[in-house]
Amino acid sequence: MATYILKRFLQLIPVFLGATLLVYFLVFSLPGDPIAALFGDKPVNEAVAAKLRVQYHLDQPFFMQYLLYLKSIFTFDLGQDFSGRPIAAVLAEVFPVTARLAVMALIFEAVFGIVFGLIAGLRKGRFFDATVLVASLVVISIPIFVLGFLLQFTIGVQLGWAKPTVSSAATVQDLILPAIVLGLASFAYVLRLTRTSVLENMNADYVRTASAKGLSRFRVVRVHILRNSLIPVITFLGADLGTLMGGAIVTEGIFNVPGVGNRLYRAVLTGEGPTVVSIVTVLVLIYCLSNLLVDLLYAWLDPRIRYDA
Amino acid sequence: MRFSRTSKALGMAAIAALALTGCGAGGPAAGGGSTGGDTSKVILVDGSEPQRPLMPADTNEVGGGKVMQMMFAGLVSYDPSGKPVNEVAESIEGKDGQNFTIKVKKDQKFTNGEAITAKTFVDSWNFGAAAKNAQLSGSFFESIKGYDGASAEGSTVETMSGLKVVDDQTFTVALKQPESDWPLRLGYTAFVPVPSGALKDPKAFGEKPVGNGPYKMADGGWQHNVQIQLVPNPDYNGPRKPKNAGVTFKIFQNDDAAYQDLLSNNLDVLQVIPTSALKNFKSDLGDRTINKPYAGNQTIAIPEYLPEWSGEAGKLRRQAISMAINRDEITKVIFSSARQPAKDFTAPVLDGYSGSIPGSENLVFDAAKAKDAWAKADAIQKWDADKTFTIAYNADKGGHKAWVEAVVNQLKNTLGIKVEGKPYATFKESRDDATAKTLTGAIRAGWQADYPSLYNFLGPIYKTGAGSNDASYANPVFDKAIADGLNASSVSDGNKAMNKAQEILLTDLPAIPLWYQVAQGGWSDKVTNVDYGWDGVPLYYDITGK
Repeated sequence: MATYILKRFLQLIPVFLGATLLVYFLVFSLPGDPIAALFGDKPVNEAVAAKLRVQYHLDQPFFMQYLLYLKSIFTFDLGQDFSGRPIAAVLAEVFPVTARLAVMALIFEAVFGIVFGLIAGLRKGRFFDATVLVASLVVISIPIFVLGFLLQFTIGVQLGWAKPTVSSAATVQDLILPAIVLGLASFAYVLRLTRTSVLENMNADYVRTASAKGLSRFRVVRVHILRNSLIPVITFLGADLGTLMGGAIVTEGIFNVPGVGNRLYRAVLTGEGPTVVSIVTVLVLIYCLSNLLVDLLYAWLDPRIRYDA
Repeated sequence: MRFSRTSKALGMAAIAALALTGCGAGGPAAGGGSTGGDTSKVILVDGSEPQRPLMPADTNEVGGGKVMQMMFAGLVSYDPSGKPVNEVAESIEGKDGQNFTIKVKKDQKFTNGEAITAKTFVDSWNFGAAAKNAQLSGSFFESIKGYDGASAEGSTVETMSGLKVVDDQTFTVALKQPESDWPLRLGYTAFVPVPSGALKDPKAFGEKPVGNGPYKMADGGWQHNVQIQLVPNPDYNGPRKPKNAGVTFKIFQNDDAAYQDLLSNNLDVLQVIPTSALKNFKSDLGDRTINKPYAGNQTIAIPEYLPEWSGEAGKLRRQAISMAINRDEITKVIFSSARQPAKDFTAPVLDGYSGSIPGSENLVFDAAKAKDAWAKADAIQKWDADKTFTIAYNADKGGHKAWVEAVVNQLKNTLGIKVEGKPYATFKESRDDATAKTLTGAIRAGWQADYPSLYNFLGPIYKTGAGSNDASYANPVFDKAIADGLNASSVSDGNKAMNKAQEILLTDLPAIPLWYQVAQGGWSDKVTNVDYGWDGVPLYYDITGK
């Protein structure tokens, strides 16, 4: 097991290098000179621009820029953004906010998705099942920004139950509405996945055996049906954590959440390469780690799965 | 809270399409209001994250600019109509328009207790101009003698020879050449004094600026990407005395979120109503809106380095284009009257503005005359019928697509040529082609005044070789007329000369003026006394609670 985990960690190294190189290249290839853009529609003051280009290594060729960036990572100094702040400080500001948002969205989709999916599966073809199936279809087919504006306008503006945008502290309470919007689409997938999986397992031999043994309905559902049905669901949720963190750009924009997505969007627009790459790299690492966690959870859920070194 | 039927309908439809025409607007906007009101309220307004550290001479965009304006007091500040009034200056004198003697008021202090003297100004300006400090607004000092030496690439010169301290309260400024409107510029943020600590460690200062303006930054007031909190400076005794208990800029990435906040009273003042809400904001907000022209305009620059747009034929073609655009129709239909058709190259709020300069008839829609001018140009140099005339714009912000398409259609219909809008993904991309002089057609150009002066709309854009001269316009007669204006002994004589110079522009049309900008903002029902200044920025210090 330990060897397996070590192996997986070693695999992160090429992923990390590949991701940073690719993203750095993409930002580098963005058209437009970021330093000239700082001057807005005012004439570019060449002396000032030259000095700033040197400061941000923008006078160097691509590979040199990339190597300098790698060097800055290994010396734990990620450089500065255009407002002169250490990028490390920027990351420390935005990631907790988005992590909070993503985890809340994950909890929302997991709890409601699994519970609704289980009930729907157990009562296949009945009214509840039909209702959630249609509802989840609607949620899946509507783009997230439409759902976002809809909920923001009805719940935030018209009903006044929540603020339409988050406050400066971005507290858990503020983030409830954005988290629901962020998690809605995945909630529908989790629900449908759980339902299908439950339906499959209900007809499995071991469930029939368990029922025949005289086990209580509750125990059959909890241990034999639910636990076995959760394997594909957990895979989905694990992969989804990374997606939620990276995919929060739209939701964060609608609700003005001061998180990763907002900062990333601004960095892309202004062409701040190191900021973009730093944020994306952390996102990639989170994605890889959450996948590793999922793989380890399998062993717990299904004792038949063993990891060979 | 009231919600009109329109706003509900829009909310629902926005869900499906995000674009829907609401019903017509309500009554005319009423700005301002009675005086009085609750002075103990902290006003929550919209802002954007400053791009650079908060150093006055390094701040050239609106997000940081608004904060700098409130935290610093310069020699002069502008009153709501754009007239400069002395703030830290006791007097500014200069009869020849080239050599100025400036007296600073006594007992002026920064909020950290440091005294402001003549030397403070000289040091601050030298710092801003010197190339080694790489300040974005450094070129604002370019008229001062010795600027070229200090600002040259790699220069180690740190002072400008044109600045001399006479005594604690007095300093003199020598310009390279007479510029009658130079004192008008002194209210711009680049010219404010900064404390000595700022010059030693600008980076640390940029995080926690210390100023002398009506407001100061609260402790830990700048929460990056979240908000900037300002509280009144009790020692401030200038004309912009705060009438509230503070102003907090909440930072928004997109205006639509800010508008939702305004609707639910979570935001007190929204400076610019987002394009998506222009059709219905008056019915949403009732009389809590403003519709006020400010010193900005929109033009289309046509580069003269393109062969078909140069010489006499090019001039006739530009006149044809100008007369083929129906400005009245576009400002009414596309902008719901949130713009005013242009009659010159400047803006109506400025001192010296005239709406009836000879040549302004070239800015009036006249299909017959447009066709005629185009035919005359064709007689000189044939227009290739397969050629497409493009109008470039940036698609990332500003909502330019709608009006560019409207102009494109009007040109097609009137002149019968091929015309297309050419979107650039980002503003920086469009600037690249403009500065490299590699444009293949016309480009949208707008100008927001830095300081309230006609010259600011003419010199930096149309003088031969000027930095923002996207059209590469070069006309010695115009340059001479502008120089005459700067040489004038008084501002009003200068204005007359500037308008004379505009007559040349109105014939040559290096850029085609389209319309003047109008500030459209709104506020919540918790605040009152909201009015906007000459530059389209709310007068935050005047706003009170209800």
